[in-house]
Amino acid sequence: MNRSKEEVSLLMVEDDDLDAMAITRAFKKLKLLNPLIRAKDGVEALEYLRGDNGRDKIPKPFMVLLDLNMPRMNGIEFMAELRKDPALCSSVVIVLTTSAADKDKLAAYDTHVAGYVIKSDLGNSFLEVIELIECYWKIVSLPA
Amino acid sequence: MNNAALSNKDDLTILLVDDDDLDAMAVERMLNKLDAPPKLVRVCNGYQALEKLQTQTKQSVQPPYLVLLDLNMPKMNGIEFLAEVRKDPKLHASVIFVLTTSSADQDKVAAYGNHIAGYIVKSEVGPDYNRLANMLDHYRNTISLLH
Repeated sequence: MNRSKEEVSLLMVEDDDLDAMAITRAFKKLKLLNPLIRAKDGVEALEYLRGDNGRDKIPKPFMVLLDLNMPRMNGIEFMAELRKDPALCSSVVIVLTTSAADKDKLAAYDTHVAGYVIKSDLGNSFLEVIELIECYWKIVSLPA
Repeated sequence: MNNAALSNKDDLTILLVDDDDLDAMAVERMLNKLDAPPKLVRVCNGYQALEKLQTQTKQSVQPPYLVLLDLNMPKMNGIEFLAEVRKDPKLHASVIFVLTTSSADQDKVAAYGNHIAGYIVKSEVGPDYNRLANMLDHYRNTISLLH
C-alpha cells in the first residue's frame, strides 16, 4: 500500500461556498481522513502553501483542486505564480470549474495542470472528482 | 450537459512509452478489461514517442491522448522525452504520467520538474495493474482533455 495515502492534504481553492460545501460532503462520504483545507482565491491559496500571513503552511505531499473564476487572483494567475516559485513549481493541480470554454481549458493545460474538470459534467455531486483524487492517492507518488 | 469529458471515453488514445514487453502486455491487458477500452499505441523509447506525436500520418497519435511514460529506455529516455515535449509549442501542454520501476527520488524530482500529472511506481499499481486501471477509468470519465 501507498503509505502516503493518509498523509496527503487536499487544498481546494474555491470562492463559491455551496461548491466548497459540496466538495467537503463528497470528501466525508468517501470517508477520507486526509486534511482538507479551503482557500477562497489564489492569494489565500498561496498563503497556505507558503505559510504566509499567519496561515498554517500545508506540508507536502499535497494536491490542489483549483477553481478558475475567483476574485483577487484567479486560477490561471495562481498557476503562473505557482510555476514561478521553486518550492511549489512541481505541484499537482486539478482544475474544477464551471467554464467549458476552450480558451480556459487551453490556458490551464498551458500551465501543465494534471487535469481539467468541468463541473456540469459531474452531475449533482462532486463525488466523481473526489473519487479520482482518492484513486490518485492510492498509486501516485506525489512531490515530497 | 457538456460532452467534453464523455467524448474522452469514445476516442481517448493512450500512448504507452515502455521498452519492456512484459510490462507493455500487462498494461494492454489492464486496458482491455475496462468498459470501452481506450485505443492503445505502444512505442519503445522517447524518440519513437515524439515521432508518433509530431508527425501527421495515419499512424500518429491524435488528441485527446494521455502519455504513460517509462523512464529507463534506450535512445531517448523518459526525462529527455519530457524535456523535448515541454519545448515543443504544439505538444507542450500534453498530459503525461510516469510509470516506472524506479522509486529513486532523483527520478521523481526530475519528472515533476517537467510538470508531469503523476509519478507512478510499477510496484504500487497492484495485482493486474488494477489500481492503475481504476485511476485511468476515473480520469477519462471526469477529465476534459485537449481536443
